[in-house]
Amino acid sequence: MDPRVAIIGERLKSIKKIIAVAAGKGGVGKSTVATGLALVLSEIGYRVGLLDLDFYGPSTHIILGGPEEIHPTEERGIVPPNVHGIEFISLVYYTRERPAPLRGPDVTNALIELLAITRWGDLDFLIVDMPPGLGDTTLDAIRFLQRPRFLIVTTPSRIAQETVSKLVILLKELGVPILGVIENMGRPSDRAQRFSGVRFLGELPYDEGLEGALGDPKSFLQTEFARTLREIALDLSQQAI
Amino acid sequence: MHEWALAEAVVATAKKAAHEGHLQEVTGITIKLGELQQIEREIFEFALEQLVKEEPLLRHAHVHVELERAQFRCRACGSEWAFEEQDLSAEIAEAIHFIPEVAHAYIRCPRCHSPDFEVIAGRGVWLASLKGEE
Repeated sequence: MDPRVAIIGERLKSIKKIIAVAAGKGGVGKSTVATGLALVLSEIGYRVGLLDLDFYGPSTHIILGGPEEIHPTEERGIVPPNVHGIEFISLVYYTRERPAPLRGPDVTNALIELLAITRWGDLDFLIVDMPPGLGDTTLDAIRFLQRPRFLIVTTPSRIAQETVSKLVILLKELGVPILGVIENMGRPSDRAQRFSGVRFLGELPYDEGLEGALGDPKSFLQTEFARTLREIALDLSQQAI
Repeated sequence: MHEWALAEAVVATAKKAAHEGHLQEVTGITIKLGELQQIEREIFEFALEQLVKEEPLLRHAHVHVELERAQFRCRACGSEWAFEEQDLSAEIAEAIHFIPEVAHAYIRCPRCHSPDFEVIAGRGVWLASLKGEE
C-alpha cells in the first residue's frame, strides 16, 4: 500500500484554491500564463504558490527567475522557497539542468512524492503549470490535486483550438470545473473560437517585450501581457473563485 | 526532516486501512523501506514511534521496518544492476532522496548507458502489512 496518497489532502489543506493552467498542446504559452498569473495575483496582494508539473519541459523557473542556488528547506518535509514573493516548487530543484526521461509510472510517482512531502504555507491560490496534453500527469493531477479548477490556454490557431476542444470535452466528462479559456498571442484580426459552455476570459496580446522580461518579474509585470493578465486575474479572483 | 513527512504518511495510511478493515486495535505494522530513497532509518523509526503513540488505534502496534535493496533493469539491453554499485555525489544522492524518480536524470545503464531503465525493487516507502484485532 502506497502510504503517500493518504497524506496529500493534509498537505493541500492550507490552500484555498488550486488553479491548474492547462493547454491541449505545447507552445501556446501555458507556462508564461501560469507564472504570470502567479505574479499578478501576488502583486494584487494574494498569497500565491506555483507548482511546475511540466516534468518534461519545466520552464516556470526561467520565467520567474531567481538565484540558482535556491533549494527548498527541509522541515518535516520540504518547505517551498519564496521566489519573488511566490512559494515555488519545481522538479528542477532536483534535476537541475539535466533531462529527466520519465515514463508514465515514474511521472505518477514523482507527482505523488512532490505532493506528499511539500508543506505549503497558507495560500489563497496555488497555480499549477500542467504538462501539455491529456496524458498521465493531467489525469493524475485531477485525481491528486483534489478538484483543481482548470484555466485553459489556447492561441487563435485552429491547430491549438482543435486540441483545446478535446481537453474541454475530457474535463467535462471528468466533472472537473473549468474557470475559462484565455487566448494567448491574440491578433486583432482573428476571432477566437468560443467553446460552448466555457467562459472566455480574455485575449492576451502578442507582446514583443515579453522575451526580454523573462526571469525579471519587475519588468515582466510592466509588459502589456502582464497588464492584460492582471485584468483577467482581477476578474477571476472576484467572480469565479 | 523529510523522514517525518513520510512517517506521517505511513501513519495516516495505517489509520485509514485500519478503519476500512474495521480493526479495533492495530497490533503490527510492517513497512518496507526502499534503498533508493536513502531514508535515515533511525530518524524514520523514531518519527514513527512518536506518531504512533498519538493514535489510539495504533498505540500498541509493533512497528517493523524492513530494508529493500534497490535494483534497476535497463529497458534497452535488459541488464540488471544494484543501486549500491552507483557512485553518486552527495548532492545527487540528496536529490534522489527527495524524489527517487530524479535517478533518471543521473543514473545510466552501466552496460549500454541508456537512461531508459526501470526501478524493479526498493524505490521508496511502502506499507507492506497491517495486523490487528476486529
